[in-house]
Amino acid sequence: MYKIVHKEILSEVILLFEVQAPQIAAKARPGQFFILRLDEKGERIPLTIADTNRDTGTITTIFQVVGRTTREMSKLNVGDGILDMVGPLGEASEIENFGRVVCVGGGVGVAPVYPVAKALKEAGNEVIAIIGARNKELLFWEDKLAAASNQLIICTDDGSYGQKGFVTQAVEQVAAAGKIDCLWAIGPMPMMRAMAATTKPLGIKTIVSLNPIMLDGTGMCGACRVSVGGETKFACVDGPEFDAHQVDFDLAMRRLSYYKEEEKRAEAVANCQCGGDGQCHG
Amino acid sequence: MPRLIMEKYAMPLQPAAERVQNFTEVALGYDQETAVAEAKRCLECKKPKCIEGCPVEVPIPQFISLMKTGDFQGAIRQIKAKNSLPAVCGRVCPQESQCEQLCILGKKGEPVAIGRLERFVADYQLAGSGDDVQNQLAKKVITKSKKVAVVGAGPAGLTAAGDLAKMGYQVTVLEALHVAGGVLMYGIPEFRLPKAIVQQEIEAIKKLGVAIKTNYVVGQLATVDELLAAGYAAVFIGTGAGLPYFMNVPGENLNGVYSANEFLTRANLMKAYRFPEYLTPVKAGQRVAVIGAGNVAMDAARVALRLGAGESSIVYRRSEKEMPARHEEIEHALEEGVKLALLTSPVEFHGDQKGNLTAMTCIRYELCEPDQSGRCRPVALKGSEYKMPVDNVIMALGQGPNPLVGRTTPDLELNRWGNIVANEANGITSKAAVFAGGDIVSGAATVILAMGAGKKAAQAIDQYLKQKI
Repeated sequence: MYKIVHKEILSEVILLFEVQAPQIAAKARPGQFFILRLDEKGERIPLTIADTNRDTGTITTIFQVVGRTTREMSKLNVGDGILDMVGPLGEASEIENFGRVVCVGGGVGVAPVYPVAKALKEAGNEVIAIIGARNKELLFWEDKLAAASNQLIICTDDGSYGQKGFVTQAVEQVAAAGKIDCLWAIGPMPMMRAMAATTKPLGIKTIVSLNPIMLDGTGMCGACRVSVGGETKFACVDGPEFDAHQVDFDLAMRRLSYYKEEEKRAEAVANCQCGGDGQCHG
Repeated sequence: MPRLIMEKYAMPLQPAAERVQNFTEVALGYDQETAVAEAKRCLECKKPKCIEGCPVEVPIPQFISLMKTGDFQGAIRQIKAKNSLPAVCGRVCPQESQCEQLCILGKKGEPVAIGRLERFVADYQLAGSGDDVQNQLAKKVITKSKKVAVVGAGPAGLTAAGDLAKMGYQVTVLEALHVAGGVLMYGIPEFRLPKAIVQQEIEAIKKLGVAIKTNYVVGQLATVDELLAAGYAAVFIGTGAGLPYFMNVPGENLNGVYSANEFLTRANLMKAYRFPEYLTPVKAGQRVAVIGAGNVAMDAARVALRLGAGESSIVYRRSEKEMPARHEEIEHALEEGVKLALLTSPVEFHGDQKGNLTAMTCIRYELCEPDQSGRCRPVALKGSEYKMPVDNVIMALGQGPNPLVGRTTPDLELNRWGNIVANEANGITSKAAVFAGGDIVSGAATVILAMGAGKKAAQAIDQYLKQKI
């Protein structure tokens, strides 16, 4: 069991858990993720590592409630345990001194971009962090991103906080003010796709972190395959970070939606009278 | 001397029409009376050949001889001294091409059903009738101070771990998944190898003093060098097959195209056949096509039927004769209604607007003269393309090696495909104190060959550590 030692409700749908996982904490590097299974009947889902604390042996993950597993997880409290956690998984970000770099976090993607920004700043880069969300309520970790960057730009779609507009517009402004040597963009697929479309004509090297469906997370099953530069790659062992300008986002988005019907059914069963044994939902 | 019975006693089976509706075991096992009768068919040859066919050196004539008198306890003791996973081997070994192939009785009639007998005594013990066998073996454990790390809790790793523990070493098995067993848990379906039985055999290995750490990915949590630096005197790598092969044809990343590994892992390890009670989904639509014709392909085709597929077909570019699956598996699959589309292979997959698979274009093949390897090379027939509607495709084309250990162990020699280079006779690799065996060395093969490699490596590790003093 991996014990939850801290829980924060960051917004109505976004939660933060700090979990006791000393081995993962000791080894995790920016860009990597882990897979958890809540209980014996649970599914394996990948989540991002937003922070690690080697002194306390804990890792921090931030997740959005999007389905049955994340909803069940949101009900756990400090002191509760998670049955299985395996990680770190995936290749770490390639951190070097690029010069002037931009780190963009969209929505819940603010969490995984934080360790990347922090490492880039420590490596000597000038880091411009851009974080965005639909509205102020959904924004979190402004303070941490401010500390991990030289400049922080906040965007909300509705203008309820920071500047009104999308993170892509903020990137265009930053690019107009000076050369961007490298850019990380982590967030929902449509946001990463839009970012790739924005930076490609500007010739900015852009890295995205993909979050496909995964099972084992160690290169055994191929559930997480994505097309990058026309070649099939396994996000769990070849990624999760890829050159944004090579990624087939449309394919990646379609693959993410393959189990929509089953996800609905799993949620429906959780909320019905039969107690989840499928009597009333087949 | 009684007259020879030329045929094996039949294995009782769940009727095909019934079993295709459930995931419980197909082969029900001999009862005590039949087991003894079958054992009595053994001629106890002066120079028994059968043992030579066993990669894990099970003393076959000895255990069968004890079975004749009903001494099942004695029989399992004989087996367990050599084989840590008899209930697994009794079920999934291809005995017909190993021990039973060499049985003298097989020259005139059918060989002794060695596999079924092994299964019987293993089950007899697991049912609680022979628990002290494990306790007797366990008495000898941990007499040596040296620690050995085993990477991967599949057939190779578990065999190496069991043997090393019996020699007295302190063994820790590091497993990436949340449960030990490797392919025995994620790959082979419940109806061929019940998971409770796999776990019972693993529990018995733990009783020997073997520690198993799950959720531990070597290459991430620790590299091989870090394990050696942490005090393990030797490391055995049995990480198995990894990256599944696809065909590199258009449309193979459409939703609905699975690797056999993914499809079977969902169904077996994650118990998707009990969705939504278990939360991992799997889809087997109305029409399922499995590409390939090995044992894994048969498993996938049969799982698809049990998940409710209306039609489940094996699509294979050679003919029935060349199908690499065990005869028994093909027979069981056909009985259950699996169809064969032979001399056929897909060249393109088609999907709808949502990116879901709807059809595949196949091309027909004919077989030409056998090449040097003796296998007929299939040749595509130009203009024979046709479209086949299909909801799910499962690619059972084998798999390449897992890259995680290779990538993080720079001085470990790999071949051009990324398999670890190791001596077949002893598992010795290019790196001192590091041994390897199983699919990570040989490429995808069988459970028993992996176990044989684990056994040989355990012997070599013992020799290496003795010399090191």
